[in-house]
Amino acid sequence: MSLTRRAALRRAALLAVPLAAHRFLAQDTMKVLPKDSIAAADRLAEPWLVGRPQAAITAMDNDLGVIAIERQLHCTCGCTLDIYTCRTTDFSCTYSPALHKEIVAMVLAKQTPEAIVQAFVAREGEKMLMAPVARGFNLAGYLVPGLAVVSVGLALTAWLSRRRVVVAAETARHSTVPPVAPDAEALARLQRALDEVDS
Amino acid sequence: MTLLGSFALWAAFLLGCWCAGLAFFGHWQDRPALARSITRSTYAICGALLVASAALWKGIFSHDFNIEYVAAYTSRNLPEYYLISAFWAGQKGSLLFWAVVLGGFGALAQALTSSRHKHLLPYVAGVTSLVVAFFVSVMLFGDHANPFERMAFTPPDGRGLNPQLQNPGMVMHPPMLYLGYISLTVPFAFAIAALLARSLDAGWIIAMRKWALASWLFLSIGITIGMWWAYVELGWGGVWAWDPVENASLHPWLTLTAFLHSVMIQEKRGMLKRWNISLMVGTYLLSIFGTFITRSGVIASVHSFTQSDVGSYFLAFLLVTAIVSFTLLYTRWPSLKADVELESLVSRESAFLFNNLALVGIAFSVLWGTLFPIISEAVRGTKITVGPLFFNRINVPLGLFLLFLTGVGPLIAWRKASTANLRRQFIVPAGAFIVTAVTLYALGMREGYALMALGLAGFVTGTVLQEFYRGIRARMTMHTEPMVLALGRLIARNRRRYGGYIVHIGIVIYFVAFTGLAFKVKTSVDLQPGQSTTVRSPYGATYKLTHLGVSQYAALNRRVSAATLEVSRDGKRLGTITSEKRQHIDSFGNPTFEPSTEVGIRSDLREDLYVVYAGSPDGTERANFTILINPLVIWFWIGGAILTLGGLITMWPGGAQVRTPRRRAVAQAGYAVPLAGVTE
Repeated sequence: MSLTRRAALRRAALLAVPLAAHRFLAQDTMKVLPKDSIAAADRLAEPWLVGRPQAAITAMDNDLGVIAIERQLHCTCGCTLDIYTCRTTDFSCTYSPALHKEIVAMVLAKQTPEAIVQAFVAREGEKMLMAPVARGFNLAGYLVPGLAVVSVGLALTAWLSRRRVVVAAETARHSTVPPVAPDAEALARLQRALDEVDS
Repeated sequence: MTLLGSFALWAAFLLGCWCAGLAFFGHWQDRPALARSITRSTYAICGALLVASAALWKGIFSHDFNIEYVAAYTSRNLPEYYLISAFWAGQKGSLLFWAVVLGGFGALAQALTSSRHKHLLPYVAGVTSLVVAFFVSVMLFGDHANPFERMAFTPPDGRGLNPQLQNPGMVMHPPMLYLGYISLTVPFAFAIAALLARSLDAGWIIAMRKWALASWLFLSIGITIGMWWAYVELGWGGVWAWDPVENASLHPWLTLTAFLHSVMIQEKRGMLKRWNISLMVGTYLLSIFGTFITRSGVIASVHSFTQSDVGSYFLAFLLVTAIVSFTLLYTRWPSLKADVELESLVSRESAFLFNNLALVGIAFSVLWGTLFPIISEAVRGTKITVGPLFFNRINVPLGLFLLFLTGVGPLIAWRKASTANLRRQFIVPAGAFIVTAVTLYALGMREGYALMALGLAGFVTGTVLQEFYRGIRARMTMHTEPMVLALGRLIARNRRRYGGYIVHIGIVIYFVAFTGLAFKVKTSVDLQPGQSTTVRSPYGATYKLTHLGVSQYAALNRRVSAATLEVSRDGKRLGTITSEKRQHIDSFGNPTFEPSTEVGIRSDLREDLYVVYAGSPDGTERANFTILINPLVIWFWIGGAILTLGGLITMWPGGAQVRTPRRRAVAQAGYAVPLAGVTE
């Protein structure tokens, strides 16, 4: 197989099975054009129209480790979102950027993700977590739906299996009746019934 | 107009009480004139509520800002199509919307139901009128719930509509969802009527089936448009966040889907009568529960109406409805015995039962997660709010189980499937599963859930295609029809069955689209005009985005700051993409809300490029952007359209006659004596 053909096949496969190329998932860092091609940033006529001034983006804003931590923690502004989603969605929120700064500082101070999450839980309480830790009463939170479905499923299977035994017994009971040859009238009735089913 | 509106509300309330009183206590069975009065009352209620709605609309369109509701949700410079949606944008208006639509549905149920079921209709009218009377009573007696409430002064302009509601999706999403919730009252009313009349054969199901399908369709469309609105308006690049109010719309959809499957078993085999009627009652209660969640503020949600005492009315209504319904069900329990019983674990009936288990199980788990903050607060004193991580952990496996059953159900024979039948039926779908999963694995996919979801999508697609292929082939052989004609007639003559399969394809596409979102790419950048950034898509393509600058201009009811980026993919220029900041203003130029964000989206079949202008770090054209590449998002909308098409086919009038099941006194009805020489 020539390289060109292989490349073509590969491209076709990517088109046909869209998710296959997920391993290429990667994020390039920002590329800056030559200085003379960048226009000077003109001052906006009415800066207040674009909302609260935003902090300049740094590499830590896109750091996967920081994002992973932020996804585990609620923003405290009352929006029900995690810190990462809030700071990249609700640009009027002042809580999530502050929490983000704290997390970045802790990451730069070489604290482990677990320690950072624990520090927030210790300060704000367990309500800070997007998903409660699976221990104590919280275990019920995780297990009750699954256990309920599995229990009902097992009960249903047992009941259906029992029905199968009952039906088999009934069939066996009926089969003790000695078979008789069908008469013409019975066959005609059967044929009519089958015709009715087919029509 | 407010006087007329208030008068109309009182008239509707009194008529509702009159109608319900007659229906439940009027002994109309012996007095046809009373039965006619009940029917006419539903028309009068509808008329009164239409007058009330017209009065509110008059207030909205004439900018009568002395009406508190008009001042709170509209302004002089609000575009007219958003004046329409202002009707249901707030608590008070949405209550009136609910009441008037229910009044209309109550009247339609009387007018459209076949005379075969007329013995149920007065009870149906009683239930719908009682529910209407409840909603009107909330407006009349609730604290600040009357849409015609006037203020002591008249402001020169209104506050305007929340910017996030100024979106075409919001013109369609709430009414569709409301139509779904509200129309559920009619099948519920038929269920209660059947219990009251002790008419517990399949008659009530035949009478309300189209209503149940319509509710399901409205809910499906409403949920899909809500996902679209969340995607294009909220700027987070997702479609579903497991918010309590979102979940509230999913609960009745799930149980109604279960009902639409299990009801087939009652129609065909006379089984599951107790389950079906319980499921319908449960579905209705979940719709009221959703209303309670949305309007009470008991659970934090970004979608809730302002917290008010209206929630307590709904809680009381929910409890009373539950107690009355289940008491009624309990008293009729012996009459709801199945005509025949299940015979085999390997049968379509069993598959439907497990399908119901999965659907109700997911509904329960979503309800459990939604209520977990309240439960944890009651048990531990700490309100633990759970997010997507929690819901995904629980619901993804259940969802995959459901997807599996979606493919299994149509493959298994009714009553009892033989091994030969199973082998013949499963070989193609199982092959589709294996081929899909192995291909994806060979191409490098290693995520277990994604592999399973896409493999099962292949399995269900294999099932549906096999069913269509066999049906078309049979028609081509028997009627010598060309393929396209055979396909058309196959669907036209078996609308429920093949419409249902088309719905299954829509659901499969949803699963594929949800799987795609697991691979989204998100990054934040800040760019000077002329500066570029590159982002690699999950497919390996490289997008280059160059900031062209920010322009500021005035539009009808807002000041816009538009940031434009030039986009190219793998070196090929695609065009520009613009995201905006909008500062809404009233007709005097005063700002009304915080600046809102309008995302820029460039969509194709593979992925969406999604750009959000976050703002400026220093008041210049230098801009912060959040850039996302979301794979397969367009398939949500395609899947939604296919699902809607399937639903419409299923409920379209005509097609093959549905046979009323023959009552079987005993399971072995027919020839009692085995025929010699005849084997099964």
